[in-house]
Amino acid sequence: MILTLNTYEAVEPEKVSRWFKAAPVEKFPKNGGACVKYKGMQIAVFNFTREGTWYACQNLCPHKMEMVLSRGMIGEDQGEPKVACPLHKNSFSLKTGKHLNGDLNRIATYPVKIEGDFVYIGFSE
Amino acid sequence: MKTVIVVGNGMVGYKFCEKFVAKVDQGSFKLIVFGEEPRVAYDRVHLSEYFENGDAERLSMAPREWYQENNIELYTNERVTDIHRNSKTITTLSEKTYNYDYLVLATGSSPFVPQINGVDKDGVFVYRTIEDLEEMLAYADKIRKTVKKPKAAILGGGLLGLEAAKAVMDMGMEPHVVEFAPKLMPRQLDTRSSKVLQVKLKSMGINIHLSKATNQILGNGHVIGMEFGEDDVLNVDMLVISAGIRPRDELGKSCGLKMGTRGGIAVDNKMRTSDSSIFAIGEIALYNQMIYGLVAPGYEMAGVAVDQILGMEQTVMAAEIDMSTKLKLIGVDVASFGTPFMPAEKGHSIIFENKTESLYKRINVSHDGKRLLGGILVGDAKDYNMLLQMYLNEMPLPKNPENLILGSRGGEDVSFGSAMDLPDTAIVCSCEAVTKGQICCSVKENGNESVKAISKATKATTGCGGCKPMVDDLVKETLKSLGKVVKESICEHFEYSRQELYDLVKLRKIEDYDSLLDEVGKGHGCEVCKPAVASIFASIYNETANRQATIQDTNDRYLANIQRNGTYSVVPRVAAGEITPKQLLAIGRIAQKYDLYTKITGGQRIDMFGAQLHELPPIWEELIAEGFETGQAYGKSLRTVKSCVGSTWCRYGMDESVTFAIDIENRYKGIRSPHKIKGGVSGCIRECAEARNKDFGFIAVEGGWNVYICGNGGANPQHAQLLAEKVDREIATKYVDRFLMYYIQTAPPLTRTAAWLDKLEGGIDYVKDVVINDCLGIAEQLDSEMQYLVDTYKCEWKEAVENPEIRARYTHFVNAEETDDNIEFVSLREQKMPKAWV
Repeated sequence: MILTLNTYEAVEPEKVSRWFKAAPVEKFPKNGGACVKYKGMQIAVFNFTREGTWYACQNLCPHKMEMVLSRGMIGEDQGEPKVACPLHKNSFSLKTGKHLNGDLNRIATYPVKIEGDFVYIGFSE
Repeated sequence: MKTVIVVGNGMVGYKFCEKFVAKVDQGSFKLIVFGEEPRVAYDRVHLSEYFENGDAERLSMAPREWYQENNIELYTNERVTDIHRNSKTITTLSEKTYNYDYLVLATGSSPFVPQINGVDKDGVFVYRTIEDLEEMLAYADKIRKTVKKPKAAILGGGLLGLEAAKAVMDMGMEPHVVEFAPKLMPRQLDTRSSKVLQVKLKSMGINIHLSKATNQILGNGHVIGMEFGEDDVLNVDMLVISAGIRPRDELGKSCGLKMGTRGGIAVDNKMRTSDSSIFAIGEIALYNQMIYGLVAPGYEMAGVAVDQILGMEQTVMAAEIDMSTKLKLIGVDVASFGTPFMPAEKGHSIIFENKTESLYKRINVSHDGKRLLGGILVGDAKDYNMLLQMYLNEMPLPKNPENLILGSRGGEDVSFGSAMDLPDTAIVCSCEAVTKGQICCSVKENGNESVKAISKATKATTGCGGCKPMVDDLVKETLKSLGKVVKESICEHFEYSRQELYDLVKLRKIEDYDSLLDEVGKGHGCEVCKPAVASIFASIYNETANRQATIQDTNDRYLANIQRNGTYSVVPRVAAGEITPKQLLAIGRIAQKYDLYTKITGGQRIDMFGAQLHELPPIWEELIAEGFETGQAYGKSLRTVKSCVGSTWCRYGMDESVTFAIDIENRYKGIRSPHKIKGGVSGCIRECAEARNKDFGFIAVEGGWNVYICGNGGANPQHAQLLAEKVDREIATKYVDRFLMYYIQTAPPLTRTAAWLDKLEGGIDYVKDVVINDCLGIAEQLDSEMQYLVDTYKCEWKEAVENPEIRARYTHFVNAEETDDNIEFVSLREQKMPKAWV
């Protein structure tokens, strides 16, 4: 909990001060995720092809503090895009980071943009 | 047009507005509301959620526009300073004057700050408003810069104090709860339950200090500690005071309304003060000589005041107010209802306590054993709703009332009836006063057939939410009583059962998940339907988990079992447990090279733990070079066929069980199914291979093999049942082929064969009919479908290591060569193990 609070903070689209060039688009599986390293952080990036959108959030699952969310299945709950943690299937909204099937802490989400064939993640620093 | 002025825009003040506009005709009344805080009314009960999301909007009871839409004049940040009863006017801090016909005081309470030397120091806070929280956060941020592991004390071990402890813990501070009384939550808990809660909280990192009277708060300018007695000091960097509430009754006092001796504005059962034009509701109202600091009575008071103003004088406050509470405190259920502590002359108590599990349950029963008088639950409050209803509705107790907290232990005396047994007048949602009758009626007559629809229509569950499970039961049971079937669809994206979906895929020859979703489903899928559909594709087309990797369940996606620290385990197939010394050496060498923890599994093979994602392909490359193939330990598929040594070596053996087990394991390897499948082959009835607790098992007897199906170990052990007796190997195999294929096609997702058979109409006799007598005329088809799966097997790990594209998936980062530095191992008996979870 403390680790999350200190390390990962959600970034609002209008607060982005740096777009980090993460990796080429083809590195991310369709309708799935992969993990990006940025400074000391691990960011899970999801290519939600069915929606035609990209999402990013912390790779750390706040339940047991393991770096695994990028390996989770993505999907949707009543229209809310989500990722299910591969360890215990805790689901988090990819839009707001809210824990959808319990009351764990919110996870941090980050803006993503695609330019050229590259994926960029927005940070504010 | 008459004017109603509401002073105070908190939860109860808002509830008054909501109930008022719902009942009054537009234009007949003018409603003006004053709030002292800058924000519109918000949900203080869930204040600690503000930490998790920092989103004040989400806490608000209704957005500002709601007030406009309902023609309510709302002034926030505007305190009412005086009431002039003679002229029926009020004035505000900005010196404006307003007339009223009726005045409703809902100013709530403020935190009580005891007179202790030093409470005015920096770093001392109260816990009541969003602003309080924001100030605490800012201060905590400041401290964290200089102190590595800051400590925060909470003065007061009541309900709010423990909430505040969670809040400071979330801020990254070490919480210390300081309580004057010798127990936690003195109003709700008895000494023993308080102890249970204390042990639990301590294990979560919350320090508890009981029987502590604070003499003074130490520090030069800012708080550095608390002094309890001589030499008894607790060093802290922040202090949160949560020592109770005091009614904000100064307006009533200054205009001469009748007050209680210890504060609060006295009201009658119509919520009227000593001035008949002035009402008081919520935490300032002194009713029955009591201040009620809970939401539910506050809401009820708001409703009474609305009706009284609108001339419905028969609506009055109940003579006795239920103070039952249930809440989740830092993840621990705590509830108390009725009379939680009871003197022995009134009745007797039944108490269950289990400190190792942090459980405490107490019910108080009348002397004649007929009525429930109250109780306390800590650690598990799932029975709270039913217990509360029994208490409120004075329902008769079962013969053995201890079953209410211990559960029925085998006798006929079932502990609870269903929620449907409640009287229609039973209040299910006490926050919104919604009865069982209203809920069932809403289902039957207005077609509100889900909890969501019910909560929209009746407002039930929208308060504290504690009644949700009961509302859910009522909706389901009512639907059932109407003869409506609750459809067994696999999730919101497919309105089909797994069996229906299986047939659709086969019939329409659909080969990928997206097309299936487009053709027969809706939305974008989820973690429930994706693996279920992946399993169907595998059963029909025998495609490996590599082709559509992102719809596979966790373990299938990377062809390995994810373990507690996010590393994986590796299990090569060792059919029937027969392994050569050369193969043993190879496994030993590879495990040593990659520093893997090794253990013999229950399925007679070797599991290697602790491989990181990027190590999986090279490990498998080496295993494959040594002649191994995947053991599919990660899949919902055939795991192992366990064998005893059989007639080859054993002096009792009736037949060659090892050979049979190897052949069977190789026959079914790679076949995916609704859940995992295990098999066993024993050479005689001594049953050393434990074939009767497997999904399928063969036991050699005089004259052939006995075939058993649908057994399992696991959470609900069940012995397998006899399918056929004394048959030869070919027939035995054919029957199991058909049985497995039939199970694969008809079982719901994640259902083992035993559970499937339990639900199958006709049970084992029906399976015999299908498999042996071919009553459905599908035996031949089942045979050929199984043969197709057997003939098209391939090792998916071989496929993965040979294909660069698949291999490339096995990296932790897509933009760096590094590996996950979050993984930590510690040593254990000369091997390694994951560092324990915090």
